[in-house]
Amino acid sequence: MRLNYNIRASMIKKITIILITTIALMVNVNASSDGELLLKKNNPAEIDDCWEGFNRASFALNQGLDKVIFKPVASVYRVLPTPIKSGVSNSLDNLSNVVTIPNNILQGEFSKAGVNTGRFLINTTVGILGIIDVASLIGFEEYEKEDYGQTLAVHGVGPGCYLVLPVLGPKTARDTLASTLNFMGGDAWYNITVANDTQHVSEFDYYASRVIAGVDFRAKNYDSIENLQKNSLDFYASVKSVYLQDRQQKILNSNQVIESMDDSDWEEIGN
Amino acid sequence: MIKKILTIFTILISITSFNSISYSIEPDIFVQSTVNRAASTLGGNLNKEQRVEELKKIAKETVDIYGVGMYSLGATRKSLNDEQLKTYNQVFENYFLKSFADRLAEYSNPIIEVNSKEKLNENYTIVSSTLVATDKRPAIKIEWRIYTKNPDAPLIRDLIIEGLSLARTQKEEFSSIIQSANGDVNALFDNLKNFSNK
Repeated sequence: MRLNYNIRASMIKKITIILITTIALMVNVNASSDGELLLKKNNPAEIDDCWEGFNRASFALNQGLDKVIFKPVASVYRVLPTPIKSGVSNSLDNLSNVVTIPNNILQGEFSKAGVNTGRFLINTTVGILGIIDVASLIGFEEYEKEDYGQTLAVHGVGPGCYLVLPVLGPKTARDTLASTLNFMGGDAWYNITVANDTQHVSEFDYYASRVIAGVDFRAKNYDSIENLQKNSLDFYASVKSVYLQDRQQKILNSNQVIESMDDSDWEEIGN
Repeated sequence: MIKKILTIFTILISITSFNSISYSIEPDIFVQSTVNRAASTLGGNLNKEQRVEELKKIAKETVDIYGVGMYSLGATRKSLNDEQLKTYNQVFENYFLKSFADRLAEYSNPIIEVNSKEKLNENYTIVSSTLVATDKRPAIKIEWRIYTKNPDAPLIRDLIIEGLSLARTQKEEFSSIIQSANGDVNALFDNLKNFSNK
């Protein structure tokens, strides 16, 4: 018993050291939430592919899984009647508020946290568990998801290396680390389904919601993914670029990405 | 007689002046007319090969293929000699036209609505539009980076789909290919040629 306790304590210590070291490596000494620095730090071209061999192998595995599981399921899902797809998509978005709202607060965006709390309450009740997006119908501003990775980025934590995880897909080191916060109390949906034994919802509900979210994403982007794959010279590099551009955009919550593309590379090219 | 000559002379002067005045094309109108051209090609009675040829023609007239090619090459373009640049421009144009036409030829009748424009500076305007939703996919926001250095002949330099730049994606893809070949740009040329010959 005593031995077990010592082993566990030593493991927790090791994990803590690894986490602290990783964060320390990723945090720029001059960390700042200044837009331009944020833009530069999260620029896809600046993010290293430190484990490219592993990433490409993992990417190939995910492509295999996509071919066998996600693509066939998504191709059936996308031909379902629009009200069904919208209902599923709306309720998944509504559920994601339980992660978005704490992140709005952690990023200091209190008014957005208020708006999203209102949105969540209205859609969960009047909108029947989020199936109908009543909040948007009555004029609430467009919903933007937030997560712990975005919050760390806003507070100056750099992205670290690019990483492709089996099944879970593309990430950065920062976002991978941040997503563990969901399992440490940061995701209320996880807390009431998996972490705690409640009578109304179960582990199955949590994992089912994750799988459905994956299928919904794949179906929404069905043509775009097919098109990208068909027209890419290096599909792995294209997906990496698209993922990192999307993260940069989400972190900044603005049009700065487009504006920043008015860069020297374009300027030098005359006609 | 003198009156007639004067009248003819005046008309001639007017026509000549009219022709010499250049009319700048507003970027949003340029995008809408380009989209309409592509839509009528895709929605017409042409077979796939004819569609592809027509789309290539539209691309040659409305896209700054040279500019996109140079941007996609990134910093590598500074290290190429004239011969390599010539080869690159040729293989890139073939690649671009095939890729552009193949992508669009899949759509039967896309409806794009131009919403607004924002002038970034003298050289660039961003035109915002929406690809209207269908039963199978939601609406998609598309922004067009229009090169307006010559206002009489604006050109498309990039499409930004839901915030993701096609030119940037292509640039990072090309960079990855060159890096994987230890900096050998010929690997990129071979990839571009293979794609065009598919």
